[in-house]
Amino acid sequence: MTAAIEATGINKWFGEGEARTHAVKDVDFKASFGEMVYVVGPSGSGKTTMLSMISGILRPNSGAVRIEGTDIWSLGTDALAEFRLHKIGFVFQDFHLFPRLTTAENVAIPLILQKRDWAEALAEAEKDLEVVGLKNRAHLPPVKLSGGEQQRVAIARAITSRPEIMIFDEPTASLDGDTGRNIVQFVREHLLSDKRCIVIVTHDSRIYEFADRILKMEDGKVTGVERSELDAQ
Amino acid sequence: MSLPMPGILRIAYKLLVNDRAKFAALLVGISFAVFLMIEMTSLFAGVLHRSSATVINIGSSIWVMDPAVQTVANTIPLPNYVLDEVRSLPGVKYAVPLYSGSALLKLRDGTYQAATIVGLDDTSLVGSPQMVSGNIQDIFGENAFIAIDDSEFYKLESPHIGTEFELNDHRGKIVGIARVASSALFGTPTLYTTYYRALQYIPNTRFTISYILVEPKTAADIASIKQRVAADGYLALTKDEFMSKISKFYMYQTGIGTNLLLMTLISFIVGLSISGQTFYTFILENIDRFGALKAIGAKSHELVSMILFLATFVALIGYGFGVGLCALLIWLARARLPDYAAMITFPNLGLAFAMVLIIAASSSYFGVRKVLRIEPFDIFRG
Repeated sequence: MTAAIEATGINKWFGEGEARTHAVKDVDFKASFGEMVYVVGPSGSGKTTMLSMISGILRPNSGAVRIEGTDIWSLGTDALAEFRLHKIGFVFQDFHLFPRLTTAENVAIPLILQKRDWAEALAEAEKDLEVVGLKNRAHLPPVKLSGGEQQRVAIARAITSRPEIMIFDEPTASLDGDTGRNIVQFVREHLLSDKRCIVIVTHDSRIYEFADRILKMEDGKVTGVERSELDAQ
Repeated sequence: MSLPMPGILRIAYKLLVNDRAKFAALLVGISFAVFLMIEMTSLFAGVLHRSSATVINIGSSIWVMDPAVQTVANTIPLPNYVLDEVRSLPGVKYAVPLYSGSALLKLRDGTYQAATIVGLDDTSLVGSPQMVSGNIQDIFGENAFIAIDDSEFYKLESPHIGTEFELNDHRGKIVGIARVASSALFGTPTLYTTYYRALQYIPNTRFTISYILVEPKTAADIASIKQRVAADGYLALTKDEFMSKISKFYMYQTGIGTNLLLMTLISFIVGLSISGQTFYTFILENIDRFGALKAIGAKSHELVSMILFLATFVALIGYGFGVGLCALLIWLARARLPDYAAMITFPNLGLAFAMVLIIAASSSYFGVRKVLRIEPFDIFRG
């Protein structure tokens, strides 16, 4: 069976000479459909850098990344952007919602980038807002929403183009404990399916219980560990 | 309301328009710059137009003059034999003398007023103005003058038919009121009379013809007439060439052109600074959103199109406001100040439009550079 994501021997360093920092060192990573994988580790361990490389955001210095069998770093810039647009949904740590657009318009952005009709995209976005329980907030600007609600809007934006891969960067960082847990529980129960793979970067141990598999990163290297092992810590 | 534009541009439009403070600042900056640029160049165009007022109002096809003449007001009288020579040239339909000079009038209330006196050829009255009241034939009456009802008319105490004045100890009488296409530049009222009366009433030099007005038989004759006149040591110019010569004098031989050009440049720099700065700030404030769009899957050319669209949109709206504001102000100024010379011309509008496009292009250049350099990875890193 083709893996959802398969990275082999990826390296990333920044700077040159004495200033060179090797952020990710010869990492192999694999995630399958129907799986919710966490990447955990202390700040500076390279987890966000690795996440960026496996999601087609940051080009590795060496190694390969395949998503559903496609070597994404062999694609041209526009083709890679198109690939991300259709295959990957992003939820950023700071949400990165557009304060001058309504909530529904924010959610509709991936569809608009796919050149869908504006009204049609908004109608789809409202359906996705209903999925995350925010249909009645569709016409409000994001700044009128709470942190948890903004996170849900960001999730709705990530799922609206029906991507097979979902990437979450520190999804609970801006939320209180209960809200964070509720959000991840919602993701697990409503968004994870056998046709979708979810990768979450976090260092919030309160949400470890929802993961299928947890990878720990330290000093740019990844160590596969079981969830129970981390739960015990 | 549904706007017929691609979704990506609609996002850009909403990003800007819903940021009311930035949008207003951008519009004010560009509108103000356009207003200043058009105001300055319109003033210059108005001055240039009025400097050729006599040429425009008389309307002759060819003007024969001394080569040293620089403006229509600075006449260098021609000897009478030149008139005879021109009349004898092949291709000349007719040639008549014109007197153009100035005189001091003593008005009914005892005050003095400088005036431009135009003396038309007695036999043909070539270049006669459009009569508003009275008859052009009355110009042949005793002491007859026709007053031009332009922006300086009131300086003659708004005369009517029968109004009398004194000119160099001669009695003058208004026998008609007429209109002309353009008011003169120097703020003096204009009186028309016959060529010979002008010579009788106004002290003159040995030679008396200010200009010889020539009508060619056909347009093809113009070149040979000019050549023959030049061979005699004089200059024959078409109406447009004479106006161009006058314009060039004011543009390059006086400080008017340089000063107004400088003001136009300052307006451009002010507009560029305000708009460029505000637009760049807007891009910087939204840079993480552009980064997020890039991460989600927007292509570089789509982001560039967003920025170019925003810059063009703001530039065009600002241009419209600026032109409207300038037109309104000129209209208001003319209602209060009849002498106000500014006139909006297509070249003025074109120049301001070109400068606005430069402002938009410069502003978007820096914005585009910034947006193309943003890495989606920076969005992940926060």
